Amino acid sequence: MKRNKAVIAGIGQTEFSKDSGRSELQLACEAIKHALDDAGLRPSDVDGFSTFTIDNNEDVDIVRSMGIETLRFSSRTPHGGGGSMATIAHGMAAVEAGLCNTFVCLRAMNERSEARFGIAHMTPTASNKGSGSGFLEWSMPFGAATPAAWTGIQAQAYMARYGLTNADFAPISVQLRKNAATNPLAWYYERPITIEDHQSSRWIVEPVFRLLDCCQETDGGVAIVITTEERARDLRQKPARIAHATQSIPFDTETVTNFYHKDLTVFDSGVQCAKELYGRTGLSPRDIQVGMLYDHFTIAVFWHLEAMGFCKPGEAAAFVKDGNVALDGTIALSPNGGLIGEAYVHGMNLVTEAVRQIRGTATNQVQNVENVLLSAGMSGAILSKC
Amino acid sequence: MASETTTLRRPQPLPGRDSAPFWEAASRGELFGQRCAACGVFRHPPRPMCPHCQSLKTEWVRLSGRGKVAANMRPIHPRIPMFDYPLVCVLVDLDEGIRLFSNLYECAPESVENGMEVEVFFVPTAGDKQVPVFRPVRGGRS
Repeated sequence: MKRNKAVIAGIGQTEFSKDSGRSELQLACEAIKHALDDAGLRPSDVDGFSTFTIDNNEDVDIVRSMGIETLRFSSRTPHGGGGSMATIAHGMAAVEAGLCNTFVCLRAMNERSEARFGIAHMTPTASNKGSGSGFLEWSMPFGAATPAAWTGIQAQAYMARYGLTNADFAPISVQLRKNAATNPLAWYYERPITIEDHQSSRWIVEPVFRLLDCCQETDGGVAIVITTEERARDLRQKPARIAHATQSIPFDTETVTNFYHKDLTVFDSGVQCAKELYGRTGLSPRDIQVGMLYDHFTIAVFWHLEAMGFCKPGEAAAFVKDGNVALDGTIALSPNGGLIGEAYVHGMNLVTEAVRQIRGTATNQVQNVENVLLSAGMSGAILSKC
Repeated sequence: MASETTTLRRPQPLPGRDSAPFWEAASRGELFGQRCAACGVFRHPPRPMCPHCQSLKTEWVRLSGRGKVAANMRPIHPRIPMFDYPLVCVLVDLDEGIRLFSNLYECAPESVENGMEVEVFFVPTAGDKQVPVFRPVRGGRS
């Protein structure tokens, strides 16, 4: 038994919009302050910090804006949103090793109003120059310059192998928008869609993704506070235990431009995540009630479901069509609406919802939640009731 | 079709120190691949060390230019001004056992299928460079 078991004691966020009207640093400060307030902690308690390699906020600016006394541990995590759960892994590791006591995970960005992700990337910039992707050198000269194009070619291999068409992705989009429709925090609050809406939306990458297969671009910030279970007993919220969190960087894998591993129909990073998460916790898919599955594109949900063992390879489309990912299904899919329905804060808004589901305070609360899976491919985590 | 394959607006590659021989060969109209000089295994994208035997001895050799389509798709939106549409993107499994990202021409976009046998040819880019692209092998292999 570990001495200092790590838990999530606080969650915070800004509103999710398409134009925040303020700096990314301000979004960061607001989100962190909300998370500390939620936990019942002060900025002076914070001594550990992590954000993404591609986040524009510097730890020194966070420290001097918020009045943090000193950080004893600071890291950045690679692989964009695929690596989002690495912030949790780093926080868990640092807290359990005693390197720090109060660890903040952050992602804050004006990803719609400033540096858009969805546009064509033709020259190196801070947000696309790498972090696990080789897209500029090997894809750009051939006209593949967007996340949809990079993901789409791997998706096509999966579709061809299992005889799927774009219509097979529609139920994912419909379910996530249905969940978002009853979540006041979601950008698509009260705006559900139908299968017909999905099928009549414009092609982005033919014959793979339509507009309604793609997640959003969002302005917003999310922060998570990690501390020890012992300390959390005296804090404001019921803690969510980090059963385990891991990174996953298998041989010949890239982030988004994942073209080079042998079998393109296999989500290799997710498979490795599953081994690690289930192996370390002793849990299995039947122990999981809620799946926060990183849905940058609809097909990713199929990949997560198969890699994480909820169904066999090639069976995800039928599994979803049969209603297994509905809120009252075998594995409730992102009750907040996920990245497609709620917001795209690079996976970190999947963590806030996972914590709410463990606390029992979510708007679309799933019944009897014991364990929530966070699966982002290059990283993953399982949160459990204490 | 000709206008799709002869455009000079296509952006030139961004070679790295380890990958420069690939792009230099392409600009000469030759498809070269990186092979470990110790254990003989091909690798792509190029890198300084062989992942199988950790040798730093590398050789660049001319490839057959033949392979099969492993995956394909057509970017529709947003359109990039430097390319002509329809544009077919493919992953090609070359006979030598490495996989390239490229384009496919001389084939109706809707009729592209994975497993299709293809062969390399070269198209010009800005900066007087060339990059390798593919077309179907007519009538299969002899």
